[in-house]
Amino acid sequence: MGVGITVEGLNAFYGKTQALFDVNLRVLANHATALIGPSGCGKSTFIRCLNRMHETIPDARVEGTVRIGDLSVYNGTSATQLRRRVGMVFQKPKLNGFRKRKQLDEVVERSLHSAALWEEVKDHLHKKSGASLSGGQQQRLCIARALAVQPEVLLMDEPCSALDPISTGKIEELIFQLKEQYTIVIVTHNMQQAARVAEFTGFFLLGKMIEFDKTEKIFTKPSDKRTEDYVTGRFG
Amino acid sequence: MTRTRFQQEMEELREKLLRMGGLAELAVDRACQAYSERDLARCQMVLDNESLINAAEREIDELAFDILATQQPAAVDLRFILAVTKINSDLERVGDQAVNIAERVMDLIELPAAELPVDIPRMATAVGAMVRRALESFVEGKAELAQAVLEMDHVVDRMRDEAFIMLVRKMNETPEVTQQALDALLVARNLERVADHATNIAEDVIFWVLGADVRHHAQSLAAAQPPDRPERQEQ
Repeated sequence: MGVGITVEGLNAFYGKTQALFDVNLRVLANHATALIGPSGCGKSTFIRCLNRMHETIPDARVEGTVRIGDLSVYNGTSATQLRRRVGMVFQKPKLNGFRKRKQLDEVVERSLHSAALWEEVKDHLHKKSGASLSGGQQQRLCIARALAVQPEVLLMDEPCSALDPISTGKIEELIFQLKEQYTIVIVTHNMQQAARVAEFTGFFLLGKMIEFDKTEKIFTKPSDKRTEDYVTGRFG
Repeated sequence: MTRTRFQQEMEELREKLLRMGGLAELAVDRACQAYSERDLARCQMVLDNESLINAAEREIDELAFDILATQQPAAVDLRFILAVTKINSDLERVGDQAVNIAERVMDLIELPAAELPVDIPRMATAVGAMVRRALESFVEGKAELAQAVLEMDHVVDRMRDEAFIMLVRKMNETPEVTQQALDALLVARNLERVADHATNIAEDVIFWVLGADVRHHAQSLAAAQPPDRPERQEQ
């Protein structure tokens, strides 16, 4: 089952440049939460702070508190421990390191089922490589890989930006189903996608979280003029 | 990011609705003048122009539908388009009421003139002001102007109630003018319906501007706030 995420006073830096300013957020378990905002607003930096990927960049550092369920991300938890509980899917399917292991058949089948890919690949599972799949299938394969360790949280950074509308629809449908078992945080440039898949939406601008609310509120009557300007396309 | 085509289409929608508003307002004015002056030609103008209002209604709905389908508007823009489609429908009905009034006047003109205890021109002035202010609140995008329209509605309701009482009494006292009194009573009722449509328009403007649903007192205007515009901080 998914767990909630609590972020308090989060600041993130690239060397001397501050990318996030005092971000506070509570993500509800077993819900999809979307993060939107113009390029460079800090939304991807934020999601990478949730599984400690931010600090893999030289000179990058994080201040503040992040809790995934009962796990304190920046206080005595190893990155490996953390990533067992937090899966991540990226903009472009990254198939490096994908190897089929017969002893893992059960895990593979379960994960492919969860990622709604099993029916499409089961007949040539040991014959074809992942690279022979379509872009959308590759992305679902990445989701299957993220799910293989049975995480509680699934982070998705622009998972559909390289996909056609049909594949995008399949991923969105998958997000809808996966919410039952996982907590999902999705960064997206596609505002309509945020509106379609997420119950909650956060709007980032210049490294700050400007507004966080129920998705329908953000897209019908946002509280902050800057959010309204963004969702109506007046800037960004 | 500028959405030039979107902004042009929104402006076109706004202009079309204003033209439609002008037609509906003119129709009510003409019908009321026709009542005061027993002017058959004006009645005919109201009837002839109804098709223009109907055509304008279809055009506005079509454009709103296209914008929704192709531009996926959100927040204030989405509220604007929903408000426009509803105002459009109210304006078309204002046009229908003007036609109803014109038909009553045509009936009255054929009957002997009668002294009736009802001030239709005064009621027409109040109703005309409501329609005009409702349209002004749309032009200006101001919830306060729309709120003023809501407050005028009960004045017109009272005028209608008074007209009913006085005209029914007249029918009882002077049965030979029953037909004329009945026509005048229906005109008063039509005008009161126009005021109701003006009220609906004002409510839709408030919904567009503030995102508040004030219909049937669902939400108070005082509780509705426009989005905050915090001062930008240097970083």
